[in-house]
Amino acid sequence: MRQRTFLLAGLLVALLIAGVGSYYASSHPDGLEYVAERTGFLDQADEHPAADSPLADYQTKGVDNARLSGGLAGVLGSLLVLALAGGGFWLLRRRGPA
Amino acid sequence: MHVPDGFFDAPTSLATGAVAVAGVALALRGARRELDDRTAPMAGLVATFVFAGQMMNFPVGAGTSGHLIGGALAAVLAGPWTAVLALSVVLGVQSLLLADGGVTALGTNITLMGLVGVGTSWAVFVLLRRLLPARLGVVAPAAGVAAFVSVPTTAAVFALLFAVGGTAPVETWTVLTAMVGWHLVIGLGEALITGLVVASVVAVRPDLVYGARPLLAQRPLEIREVAA
Repeated sequence: MRQRTFLLAGLLVALLIAGVGSYYASSHPDGLEYVAERTGFLDQADEHPAADSPLADYQTKGVDNARLSGGLAGVLGSLLVLALAGGGFWLLRRRGPA
Repeated sequence: MHVPDGFFDAPTSLATGAVAVAGVALALRGARRELDDRTAPMAGLVATFVFAGQMMNFPVGAGTSGHLIGGALAAVLAGPWTAVLALSVVLGVQSLLLADGGVTALGTNITLMGLVGVGTSWAVFVLLRRLLPARLGVVAPAAGVAAFVSVPTTAAVFALLFAVGGTAPVETWTVLTAMVGWHLVIGLGEALITGLVVASVVAVRPDLVYGARPLLAQRPLEIREVAA
């Protein structure tokens, strides 16, 4: 498989997971949250300073449809990670042909 | 396993913040050796994939869920130093934009999931690669085992850190056994996802798998007879 094809296919899979699949993810508390609740230190958690951010808690502010709101937050988050990590790695790389 | 603000006292958060800064600084140097024109785009994809994978919480019973951390996945696919940077970017975006994982706890989260998660994964993977036959087929299972070990190890380090600087007087043993117990189960999911994803990449483009490169180099060229 050509590298460009491979990368685009991988990106498509990642965006599908973040944008569509995540709607079907379990909404139960994760391991740490569950243990914190059970052993009695969950109340120590402070409110998140970014709780009012437009994408807080993987929901897009102003989008009412839950599927769309979560999917959009997932896709935007993924693209931001791609831009920051991908751009950073490109700047860091050893120059010249491999 | 995203730690929110408030679980740890200020000295502990400052200390893990310093550890995270030092770790990322080392990773910025180390990753140069792992990244070139061909592998840098792959590394960007790996970071994106870890972000997406972390959104897919899977149920592990009794009203609990787990999700991929991605330390082993990123380390085997992109190299350990690059993996530390990938996890740091993912955790940073989650904390600052998506309100997932505290802001004063960002250093703790990078230390736990970035440094401990990636470090444990890479150590186990390299050990297994050395012990197992030098074949491409061992890469995905070794990545899976590394992923499995890394999750309860990270959970244990959280519990020990909580004993040192946690803000609630909960008995260390209670936190430790509960964290390690649940994360052994979550680790199975981490192992499965990591093994399958690494196996898929090894199947189509083994040259893009950082952890497979020493094995590719050893693979002898062969001339195959073609039936006329």
